[in-house]
Amino acid sequence: MMKQTSYLAKTVDSLKPSGIRRFFDLASKMDNVISLGVGEPDFVTPWNVIEASYHSLEQGYTAYTANAGLLELRVEISKYLEQNFNVSYNPENQLIVTVGASQAIDLALRAILNPGEEVIVVTPSFVSYAPSVTLAGGAPVIIDTDPDNEFKVRPEQIEQAITDKTKAIMLCSPNNPTGTVLSKAELEKIAAVIKKHDLLVISDEIYAELAYDERAISIASLPGMSERTILISGFSKAFAMTGWRLGYAAGPVEILQAMTKIHQYTIMCAPTMAQHGALEALRNGGNSVQKMKMSYQQRRNLVVKAFNEMGLDCHNPGGAFYVFPSIKKTGLSSESFAEQLLQKERVAVVPGNVFGQSGEGYIRCSYATSLKQLDESMKRISKFVEKLK
Amino acid sequence: MLEQKEREVLQLLEENARLDIETIAKMVDLSVAETQQIIEKLEKENAILGYSAIVNWSKVLEYEGVTAMIDVKVTPARGVGFDKVAERIYRFPEVKAVYLMSGAYDLSVSIEGKTMMEISRFVSEKLSTLDMVLSTTTHFVLKKYKHDGIIFNDDEDDKRIMVSP
Ligand SMILES: Cc1ncc(COP(=O)(O)O)c(C=O)c1O
Repeated sequence: MMKQTSYLAKTVDSLKPSGIRRFFDLASKMDNVISLGVGEPDFVTPWNVIEASYHSLEQGYTAYTANAGLLELRVEISKYLEQNFNVSYNPENQLIVTVGASQAIDLALRAILNPGEEVIVVTPSFVSYAPSVTLAGGAPVIIDTDPDNEFKVRPEQIEQAITDKTKAIMLCSPNNPTGTVLSKAELEKIAAVIKKHDLLVISDEIYAELAYDERAISIASLPGMSERTILISGFSKAFAMTGWRLGYAAGPVEILQAMTKIHQYTIMCAPTMAQHGALEALRNGGNSVQKMKMSYQQRRNLVVKAFNEMGLDCHNPGGAFYVFPSIKKTGLSSESFAEQLLQKERVAVVPGNVFGQSGEGYIRCSYATSLKQLDESMKRISKFVEKLK
Repeated sequence: MLEQKEREVLQLLEENARLDIETIAKMVDLSVAETQQIIEKLEKENAILGYSAIVNWSKVLEYEGVTAMIDVKVTPARGVGFDKVAERIYRFPEVKAVYLMSGAYDLSVSIEGKTMMEISRFVSEKLSTLDMVLSTTTHFVLKKYKHDGIIFNDDEDDKRIMVSP
């Protein structure tokens, strides 16, 4: 028999499916599961934002916007970034509104990569980074960070990963899945290496508002960095707007114009009703963000203590809404810990290794879930761990 | 710093008065003893006046009850202003709330009774007969949608997918 030809592109065919997918399939088939596996806020979008979006629809704002997004919205984003993160961008040509931070990442990579050029990805990381590099024709180069250094990348590690093909490095602080926040001093050291080797940074700052102990610093705000940083952020996390699919990128004119060109041909513009909601979020959403932030911080405190009390070492992450406790003491791999926990105690967590091999021995637990659920899940996990002893 | 913690404790209790002290302590990052102290102090200072449940009585079988809001115009008494009149009114146990208002009337009185008759009787016999009361307008509540920040019949289902990046 003749071998069936595959119609798929080799690049796509060779991509591994995300390990998150498997756990989603497992957990979705069970009843009475408490999920700590959700990478999004448990809050519904603030009502004023929803209402503003309704209003825009009632007013008939149902057409395309400018390719880069409503100018009004870009102006607000620019003000917001300046006030909160001390970075300055011209809304006319240095900002683009995208379909989530996800699309901004894709655009950034496609705008800068020639075939075979390398992008350094610091892991454990958000699962999309490495595949997005591959899909854009580049080659991801993985740095495994050290758990004993709170999963913070060391400048020497970056030096070692750099080759003559290196184009950029992707950073994420506060980080998904570890919650780790890089301090100003740490970012300065990283910035020095980046400048020395004339690299770009794709800085994913989507959790920047959700930093609890110290404000998150944008690497773009450091001297000499704004011209080599593509800042990525969005409304999903801090404003509880994941389903709206709205994010943005800001950076050097040349790169942002190139990203806008790709966007213009492939997406046209981000959803109009979501842009109107986002406008309200930036203008009048500050209080809601602060309230949600306080609630995450309190839940973080609770969960970190609960894990340490049950004997799973868990450092206190500075941001995002994840804790990343070590399960090494149990002798199980991340996958089998997560799988057995799900089967026996009906708690869904994400095994750390799906975020990169340095996440092996850890699990990611989102504390963006109700207190009642958190309390019950901590009891269940504790019981599970106790039985393993 | 302590003030910030006090505020956090108050907000947590206001949201859920049954939250146990160990949980509160962990959430605000204090010891149980320190948290206990804060709560006792707030109770002593009457910053915390009590702990109660928010009941949706319409869900309770055979419960009968009506709520009315009454706009009351009064003549303030020399020296004591509105406070004396207000006291004459808020001492009645069926009166659930009394506020001094700006605008077209002076006192807003919220009252609960078993029947409309019972409330009408209260208004005509107790309230309008007070010397300082000039007039009353009674509004009966037909349906409660939201009370003290709590939406009745709210759909609290988690609409997120089980596991996501
Ligand atoms: C680090 C990180 N970057 C980007 C995203 C994607 O966000 P968006 O919803 O804006 O596409 C996520 C979502 O989980 C994330 O955790």
